[in-house]
Amino acid sequence: MKYIDEFRDGEVARGLAAAIRREARPERSYHLMEFCGGHTHAISRYGLMDLLPGNVRMVHGPGCPVCVLPIGRIDSAIELAARPGLILCTYADTMRVPASKGLSLLKAKARGADVRMVYSSADALRIAREHPARDVVFFAIGFETTTPPTAVAIRRAAAEQLGNFSVFCNHVLTPAAIANILESPEVRDLGTVPLDGFIGPAHVSTVIGSQPYEYFAEEYQRPVVIAGFEPLDVMQAILMLVRQCNDGRAEVENEFTRAVTRDGNQKAKALVADVFELRRTFEWRGLGEVPYSALQIKERYRAFDAEARYGITCRSVRDNKACECGAILRGVKKPADCKVFGTVCTPENPIGSCMVSSEGACAAHYTYGRYKDVIKAAVPAAERAQ
Amino acid sequence: MSGVRSDYIRPVDFKHGRVDMSHGGGGRAMAQLIDELFLRAFDNDWLRQGNDGALLPASAGRMVVATDSHVVSPLFFAGGDIGCLAVHGTINDVAMMGAAPLWLAATFILEEGFPLADLKRIVESMAAAAREAGVPVVTGDTKVVERGKGDGVFITTTGFGAVRDGVHVSGDRIRPGDKALLSGTIGDHGVAIMSLRENLTFATTIESDTAALHGLVATMLDAVPGLRALRDPTRGGLATTLNEFARQSKCGIVIDERRIPVRREVAAACEFLGLDPLYVANEGKLVAIAAPEDADRLLAAMRAHPLGHGAAIVGEAIADPHHFVQMDTSFGGRRIVDWLAGEQLPRIC
Repeated sequence: MKYIDEFRDGEVARGLAAAIRREARPERSYHLMEFCGGHTHAISRYGLMDLLPGNVRMVHGPGCPVCVLPIGRIDSAIELAARPGLILCTYADTMRVPASKGLSLLKAKARGADVRMVYSSADALRIAREHPARDVVFFAIGFETTTPPTAVAIRRAAAEQLGNFSVFCNHVLTPAAIANILESPEVRDLGTVPLDGFIGPAHVSTVIGSQPYEYFAEEYQRPVVIAGFEPLDVMQAILMLVRQCNDGRAEVENEFTRAVTRDGNQKAKALVADVFELRRTFEWRGLGEVPYSALQIKERYRAFDAEARYGITCRSVRDNKACECGAILRGVKKPADCKVFGTVCTPENPIGSCMVSSEGACAAHYTYGRYKDVIKAAVPAAERAQ
Repeated sequence: MSGVRSDYIRPVDFKHGRVDMSHGGGGRAMAQLIDELFLRAFDNDWLRQGNDGALLPASAGRMVVATDSHVVSPLFFAGGDIGCLAVHGTINDVAMMGAAPLWLAATFILEEGFPLADLKRIVESMAAAAREAGVPVVTGDTKVVERGKGDGVFITTTGFGAVRDGVHVSGDRIRPGDKALLSGTIGDHGVAIMSLRENLTFATTIESDTAALHGLVATMLDAVPGLRALRDPTRGGLATTLNEFARQSKCGIVIDERRIPVRREVAAACEFLGLDPLYVANEGKLVAIAAPEDADRLLAAMRAHPLGHGAAIVGEAIADPHHFVQMDTSFGGRRIVDWLAGEQLPRIC
């Protein structure tokens, strides 16, 4: 495949791996957080950890749109879908996220709710046009990547006066989440989560540009390298981060120059600014309430805001007690540290949201990497220590 | 004298007519549909006898029976339709037991309102597939359900076949060191179907690979009668078939990503849909497991057959107490190829 295979070349990967091994100093460790689920997925799927030296560790971040969606918001979506005649449209992975009372949108669908999987906000609009007598709600989730298409859908609905269409907006913001992790006591005071640098988002950055990360690099003195989602992108970014750490630099570097500029996509940003405004606060699964971390629909498009139309008030619902998704999303724990990982909680029957999406840290580790836990367990501890 | 002809019945209107409840009601309408459509299309001695079942000769050796229901949506797709699929699918299930398929039985569940023109097209495609495969449909049944209680048409086919002496094909015979062979490119059928789904329409030239594989299997058994295991990687794709083999045989299986043939168009479609071709359905491919000393001979026999010309040795069974299926990635790492969790769903960002 053109423009894809070049970024999955095993030969080049081995060259980069050798460079990382050469340059990573044996006397120190490098804890690098990949913020995005897309990177988590690539690391697991291509077996990148096999290529890295032991002192370069990847910490999985919270950048999986499905994983950070709090239970209360999904409960509200399920309640919406249960309204007679209403059609709820959503992206695929969202269907399986566990909510209260053992429900999920998929299970609600089996009980008669009209929940439809769509590939884009335009599909939801089309469904609204095709069913003028029924209310159609687009359950919009995701980071800055999926926000502009939602803005387009709302503007089109307004232009067409599509009165039966509305959006249940759950769009969240990447910079606020990164700041929240860096401000967390585990990172800032306790030092229980060492974080030496960030691999910055790929698709998100095509929209917002590299500029928003400059503040973190400066304020928290952590290097950021924006990288694409292909395995070679990730390897190259790791090498660049190792170099910054060695040099004592904390800069924003851009590995993904084929798609990301400093200022991002101006047109998309203008669309988002026209339709959305900041929420004062928003609950994230794993991170809790994060100020100014999400978007809501502006007053002028209120007619298309499902929260206003249906009077949605979201309750905060606690995660299952045994579930460690919160700690895993903050990088405090690894999937294998969770008691229910791979036993009660599996991709077939997820307890926590990290096990739902293929971008979730638990699902990625379960699907692609768990044989390594088995191998580790089989090797006596003394041997491992050598 | 009036112009009444006592033996005249107005023919079924296959151009504009639709299935109605009377077509399953046991009356004249049902008998007429069976005569004018099913009997005419599938025509053979057993059906012509007009009995409720087929009287078949008993064979001395071992027999195989396999059944499969077909509920595909859309009903018509590039490279085939539910009719030929229903024939190929069951013939392949029989063939994967190492048997030569002999007869088929077919059941149709029709939804009230289904266009008779579509039904005719499906039945004729089915009959053509059965004729081409040399496996007659010897008995059948039709039911009609009310509108909204079906999805146009569901077809269940049951196949019967005979196993030649000395052949014993079963997943539990796989041993560490055995080689895994694949008969050609993976993912063609699934991508052809997905490209037509209502919420996902994209233009593609990919056609379903639907085909009856018993000819290929016969060639393979001629070359290697001791073939250990055979399976067609339909729903759940190659990954699922290998996991089934691993579970059945209590072996691990390691495959090499670089050796697995995937069409460029299929790889590209999977890439932008966020799907993995390892999990995408096939309807005209098979996976064979053979002892290491037989593998090259088997590969040569497969490549000499038109349905196996793209065959490759893609991996081998290993001793592994966890029965994992693993893959050496072309990138240089190794990862699990796990059972599919739920349906394969596209990623969001």
